[in-house]
Amino acid sequence: MGVAVEVSGLTKSFGSQNIWSDVTLTLPPGEISVLLGPSGTGKSVFLKSLVGLLKPEKGSIVISDTDIVTCGEHKLYEIRKLFGVLFQDGALFGSMNLFDNIAFPLREHTTKSESEVKSIVLEKMDMVGLQGAEGKLPGEISGGMRKRAGLARALVLDPEIILFDEPDSGLDPVRVAYLNQLIVDLNAQIDATFLIVTHDIGTARTVPDNLGLLFRRNLVMFGPREQLLTSQEPVVRQFLNGRREGPIGMSEEKDVAQVEAEIAALEARGGDSHNGVGPKGASGGEAVPPQLTPTEGLPERRGERRRQERVARMLHEFDETTQAAIRKSLPEHLLAQSDAGAFQPTRGAGGRHWAPEPDATPMGSTATAVLPRQDGEG
Amino acid sequence: MTATDKPKAPGLLDGKFSPTRPLAVSGNLFAFALDVIRALPKRPFQIREFIQQTWFVASVTILPTALVAIPFGAIIALQLGSLTRQLGAQSFTGAASVLAVLREASPIVTALLIAGAGGSAICADLGARKIRDEIDAMEVLGISPIQRLVVPRVLAAMLVAVLLNGLVSVVGTAGGYFFNVVLQGGTPGAYLASFSALAQIEDFWASETKALIFGLIAGIVASYKGLNAGGGPKGVGDAVNQSVVITFILLFAVNLVLTAIYFQLVPPKGQ
Ligand SMILES: Nc1ncnc2c1ncn2[C@@H]1O[C@H](COP(=O)(O)OP(=O)(O)O)[C@@H](O)[C@H]1O
Ligand SMILES: [Mg+2]
Repeated sequence: MGVAVEVSGLTKSFGSQNIWSDVTLTLPPGEISVLLGPSGTGKSVFLKSLVGLLKPEKGSIVISDTDIVTCGEHKLYEIRKLFGVLFQDGALFGSMNLFDNIAFPLREHTTKSESEVKSIVLEKMDMVGLQGAEGKLPGEISGGMRKRAGLARALVLDPEIILFDEPDSGLDPVRVAYLNQLIVDLNAQIDATFLIVTHDIGTARTVPDNLGLLFRRNLVMFGPREQLLTSQEPVVRQFLNGRREGPIGMSEEKDVAQVEAEIAALEARGGDSHNGVGPKGASGGEAVPPQLTPTEGLPERRGERRRQERVARMLHEFDETTQAAIRKSLPEHLLAQSDAGAFQPTRGAGGRHWAPEPDATPMGSTATAVLPRQDGEG
Repeated sequence: MTATDKPKAPGLLDGKFSPTRPLAVSGNLFAFALDVIRALPKRPFQIREFIQQTWFVASVTILPTALVAIPFGAIIALQLGSLTRQLGAQSFTGAASVLAVLREASPIVTALLIAGAGGSAICADLGARKIRDEIDAMEVLGISPIQRLVVPRVLAAMLVAVLLNGLVSVVGTAGGYFFNVVLQGGTPGAYLASFSALAQIEDFWASETKALIFGLIAGIVASYKGLNAGGGPKGVGDAVNQSVVITFILLFAVNLVLTAIYFQLVPPKGQ
């Protein structure tokens, strides 16, 4: 089972340029989470902070009882062994062929014999569908293959947490669909905690268990996928529908009056549903499409099981539409238990809620103002 | 509505012109240099990378160095040839030109080439890796880029600098001989006989020591700038440019200091 990543109050600036502040979320163990955000909102910076490549000024990131923001070099080195990271474009070592790239962590960190290394590397290459490409150099293969190879390299040390930086950027829609299926299949096989950073709406709608949105130096929302997919928050609606009307501007923020006028015009035209299918997998309306399931023959996702129980425990903290959407994904017995009030809100390590404690909430923060659980728990 | 928030937007100057910035930058460079020196004895030593890098740095510097050294030796020979004639000390032409080449010309030419050709190549290579996230990937895989990439490069730059310095000394002296004897009508016998009248073996060692230190500085600055490149391909270009300029400034300053120390330590011949 993967490990949880608990981020609280995280703030990062470069010089006087604030990237994001007060980001609080928990990646539940073994589940797939997606973090959305327009380009340049600091998604990559967030991933790099999670692995300790960048040091945030405030807040904490707790993994296996270690706060990696404040821990020492040696401890950080230990924690990093839990991670596999797929960087944008794979980050393969240009001078080595694919086999050597993927074997690299094994040769550096283990004393395995060359034949063991070979069998592990071939197994992982098989997993990501790269059979027969061992001898190729990174410069000779397509972007999709580079990402797969980067993923295979991230997998060889059996990580507990895998971070994906825009796995779908630069790929055609069909390759994105294959890659997304691969991600879900991998999760079923290794049960690690996944965090995918992307701005692809199709991925956001179908892949994750949990969904978050970074915008304007804040984490606008983070919660079960149904919460964001049914959200009425203007930023979330705009992003998930891939439209111009809304608070997200081309380069600068828009003023309130303009946003309201745009939304009014949009409603007059028939709202989001009239837009039909938008760019990048944006579908009109508030549909919660079915989640991708592992390919037949693979084990079912244990993370999904745990998530069902976790969500059932907090079902009554959500608003009507979100609840209705979540109910569709839960099995009978959990629904019955939830409705009978059998669940106490849990604060234990495994089932820790994703949002900050209410009394720790800074005033006026948009990040938490929209979380419906605020009234439910106290 | 979130649109009403006015979070602090990035400012125009963003601290770029803060008076303490140069201090912070030199502090970082110095800290990086210490990290590199600390990583020097760490095992396993990257012998393959070292050989590859030595070959690489040598291949980008040797030809330009030879091409710069010949006219450099010629200029010195021409200047000295006419100067010694004016002073009536023609018999010292050879001696003076060897001294000039050994003591100043070869370290300066080495500095120019090791910074301009070797350092820029190292910086561009590391910068390209940095913006492709290769460096970050390496660090996440638990491997120190300093030990793995920087140490072999710095050592390669030092070794090549020493070799280049030897090359410049030989080519420069030969060029001086050619111009003096063939073009200015000097006598070969006098030129060769006065060879060791002024120069001594300490001059050669001092010059090689300078080259070694130049290689160290050029390697460290180039690696530092490369590993801190940012902002896409343009960032790499900027890093290379800055690395060359900074290395030049540092090398010329260090050359001055080393020369001053040398004259304190080693008495000139014949005293
Ligand atoms: N090392 C760095 N130094 C200074 N600024 C940086 C650095 N890395 C990223 N940034 C800035 O942080 C912002 C967010 O970058 P990034 O995380 O790459 O965005 P995203 O991945 O969401 O598109 C950008 O404005 C970028 O210029
Ligand atoms: Mg990015």
